[in-house]
Amino acid sequence: MVDVSKQDQTFLKISELWKSFGNFVALQDISLEVNEGEFVCFLGPSGCGKTTLLRAIAGLDVQSRGEIEQGSKDISSLPPAERDYGIVFQSYALFPNLSINKNIAYGLENAGQSKAEINARVEELLSLVGLPDQGKKYPAQLSGGQQQRIALARAIATEPGLLLLDEPLSALDAKVRVSLRHQIKELQRKLGVTTIMVTHDQEEALSMADRIVVMNQGVIEQIGTPIEIYRDPKTLFVADFIGEMNQIFATVSSHNTISFGSKLLECIPHGFETNAQVIATIRPEDIIPQGENEQTSAATNISENSLEVAIHDMEFLGSYWRAELTSVDNGDATLNANFSMNAVRRMNLEIGKSLRIEIPADRLKVFSRNELVH
Amino acid sequence: MMSTSSRVQLPAGKNVAVKLGRDDWAMRGFIALIAIYLIIALAFPLYAMLSKAFSTFHVDLSQYEFQVSDESGNFNTESITAQALNENTKIYEEADLSTGSGGRLSVTKFFPDFSFRSPVMYKVRGVDTNAVFLVGSERHTGPDWLELDSNTFRRVVLRPVASTGLGNFSHYFETPALVRSIKNSLWISAISTLITVSLAFGFAYALSRSCMRFKGVFRLIAMAPILVPSLLPGIALIYLFGNQGMLKAMMMGESIYGPYGIIAGSVFFTFPHAMLIITTALAISDARLYEASESLGASSWKTFWTVTIPGARYGLISAAFVVFNLVITDFGLPKVIGGQFNMLAVDIYKQVIGQQNFEMGAVVSVVLLIPAMFAFSIDRLVQRKQVALLSSRSVVYQPKKNSRFDKVCFAYCLVIAIFIVGILAVCQFAALIKFWPYDLSLSLVNYSFDLMDGGGWGAYQNSIKLALLTAFFGTIVVFVGAYMVEKTQGFKTGRSLFQFLAMLPMAIPGMVLGLAYIFFFNNPSNPFNFIYGTMTILVLCTVTHFYTVSHLTAVTALKQMDDEFESVSSSLKKPFYKLFYRVSVPVCMPAILDISIYLFVNAMTTVSAVVFLYSSGTSLASIAVLNMDDAGDVAPAAAMGMMIFYTNVAARLVHAIVSKGLLKRTQVWRAR
Repeated sequence: MVDVSKQDQTFLKISELWKSFGNFVALQDISLEVNEGEFVCFLGPSGCGKTTLLRAIAGLDVQSRGEIEQGSKDISSLPPAERDYGIVFQSYALFPNLSINKNIAYGLENAGQSKAEINARVEELLSLVGLPDQGKKYPAQLSGGQQQRIALARAIATEPGLLLLDEPLSALDAKVRVSLRHQIKELQRKLGVTTIMVTHDQEEALSMADRIVVMNQGVIEQIGTPIEIYRDPKTLFVADFIGEMNQIFATVSSHNTISFGSKLLECIPHGFETNAQVIATIRPEDIIPQGENEQTSAATNISENSLEVAIHDMEFLGSYWRAELTSVDNGDATLNANFSMNAVRRMNLEIGKSLRIEIPADRLKVFSRNELVH
Repeated sequence: MMSTSSRVQLPAGKNVAVKLGRDDWAMRGFIALIAIYLIIALAFPLYAMLSKAFSTFHVDLSQYEFQVSDESGNFNTESITAQALNENTKIYEEADLSTGSGGRLSVTKFFPDFSFRSPVMYKVRGVDTNAVFLVGSERHTGPDWLELDSNTFRRVVLRPVASTGLGNFSHYFETPALVRSIKNSLWISAISTLITVSLAFGFAYALSRSCMRFKGVFRLIAMAPILVPSLLPGIALIYLFGNQGMLKAMMMGESIYGPYGIIAGSVFFTFPHAMLIITTALAISDARLYEASESLGASSWKTFWTVTIPGARYGLISAAFVVFNLVITDFGLPKVIGGQFNMLAVDIYKQVIGQQNFEMGAVVSVVLLIPAMFAFSIDRLVQRKQVALLSSRSVVYQPKKNSRFDKVCFAYCLVIAIFIVGILAVCQFAALIKFWPYDLSLSLVNYSFDLMDGGGWGAYQNSIKLALLTAFFGTIVVFVGAYMVEKTQGFKTGRSLFQFLAMLPMAIPGMVLGLAYIFFFNNPSNPFNFIYGTMTILVLCTVTHFYTVSHLTAVTALKQMDDEFESVSSSLKKPFYKLFYRVSVPVCMPAILDISIYLFVNAMTTVSAVVFLYSSGTSLASIAVLNMDDAGDVAPAAAMGMMIFYTNVAARLVHAIVSKGLLKRTQVWRAR
């Protein structure tokens, strides 16, 4: 069970960590703290250094510079066997010639326990991962998802202080992936083991992690809770990589307004100078339809922060409509918006119609155009 | 975001030093141990051989001085150098002065009126300390005069001075009989390669592209030559086409002793090697390419040239170089059937065993190393490309029935099978005939090996002992070495040195390795000198000779295992040896068994390396075949050769049964 008093205590501390392979610098100046019992995801595109960082923590590829502390003990230069963690790989890495029971018992055998104790522990772990009665089988007789649960059981068998998961779900089918996602998260919560998972799948990270470390090209872009990362991306990379984001070229008018074509829009306050060339961003689901132009102009409570657009294309995506909009005020700009079924029916939205949309000021965020270069 | 190009550099300072765990040290220890084995069993002997090839021995006459007294013992005349004496008498030619390491030059010939009964006294000295002369077996140096009576003086000999240079090589290239061997070896190997690869391609093509019957039987027969020494086909050919051969008339006056015999025998013993490689190459051809070609309306002739041949090209090239290498380095066959026709590998034997000229043996070895190394490197280069082809996802080609084509294939394979079985049958027949061609009654008299030269039944027992020891220790050394080098983290320099040493034996002809062992281990100052002439050196040499293929088999099996096993195991705090014997060894058991049978069979048949190393107590069956044939006991030689064949067949059967039983127990997990 989770020991409440221990929560918010730093369990793993990484300071100024660098890693190079020959001339290639794979990790640059990484500093990071993980709390006791926390579930942290390293998220980023392939080649961003997330697996390298995990392997450095595991001691499998030791960093070139910097320190790692686990449980306030410096483990920077310890070999893997002298560190305290369990690890699960994408390939499961179950020993093919050993039965499921023997695979799980593998790490228990040298801990000085009796055979009966080991057997009891293996039983317990098997039911914990939801696979009782499978112990006599061999790995090749189980499905991918089942094998990964066995790998998980083997990793936590010795009750390590830290659980490392290296893309554990990437080799599985979409459906198995979703259900295993919940199982892993539940298990982690139940055991309270500090967990680090590497993934390139943002959905996985958003649904499982307490905090996400977004990485790109060897640096940490942002660390935050899933909601912080999604709602308040600190860099254009994060904004673009997590979820979907409209990006519009605009010019700064004041500390909280931008001009977009002939239109002045209020946005989240920023530090850019007047006339600076910026990129304004807004998520498709944050765009609010206000109805057809003639109707809205007559209405009384229209927002000042709105644009006139034409519906260029509409696509039905089941629970909502995706609309591709072109700005009337600024001809070449297009925006994607997600409209609810209700709104589309109520406002009678169709391809070719023109429309007034609200851009909520607190959802319009501005980034420097320099950040585009990546 | 800032552009993070590769210009980013690490902050100044030292790399984090990894504390090595117990496992790391142990694994590095093992690598070092096996690397030391390879250095002692391979690198040092080769170095000894090379330095032998480049060391020349020359008697420098200007470094010796003599003085002669009158009959009453008074030294009245001036001293005179040996060089001046030689100019006067012209006793020694320049060639006499360039001798081997054991060269001794008698001095009495410088004095035409020398008589060992005369009362004349002689004085002798070396001008500088390098000049050595012997009085009997007593060694003298230095500028002090040594006064001797006539009787003692006749026991004075001058010793050569060693230096490093190309003298041996220039001597080699000035000897037409020796140089001719280079050309002979090259063209015999080239022609044998051409014939073997063509025949093997047809055979492999029939096996993989037709629906003919008895494919399994044909495959089995084609592999049979691997189980006999390379000189056995030579004996069969002599029985068939030799001076008293059954089919001598078919030679139409030509002699089988020489190129014809060598080429025919080479085709026999290299055939399985070529067939295996080409079969593998054909097996990976993509069925979709054939379908595409067919749907585009290409004729089967065109499909053959545009799909089949390009797909198998790496296999063909690789097979060609492997066969070339086997033929050019083979010693047994040309020794048996070559007659007066000289080849490089036989030259080494003749120089060393016949003339005791070790320096020249070393020189020929170096000459033979060049084409062998070349063929080896081309083969490695091509193999790497073949692997790249293998990894692509292809659909396996399934041959369709075509009764005419299948019949042609069957007839072709039948002819080859008859050739192979025929050679073996002739040997067996010869072994059972009392005295060819005069007394054709059947008898076992030729199996009374103890009555012949060559080691008798003891040699056969020695061979089995050697094969078992080689299989046992060789498999352990090779697999442990391959495991350590594959699974150790870091330690890059050590690992690549090891890889290089493990690949080297394949490029070293057996004769060269054997000769190198003489130079290294027969040196009295070598601490390992005590193994010279024992079974140990034979095992050592055989394991080393066949190291590369075994190593590659082990590496291939190990590469197929998940790299993360080691990571998982160490995270569970298990020492590496637990993982090794609980997981790695059981999973790789099929490969381990393959390595052991490979070593066993080769230890039974090998001649080339061990021919220099056996002693009277450790003669081997394969050597006995050679020696009995040499002594004219050809029928007993054939009998012994067939004993090797049956032993290898039995070993293969045991291997198959053990594999099956063991796999059933250890590999249950493979079955779903």
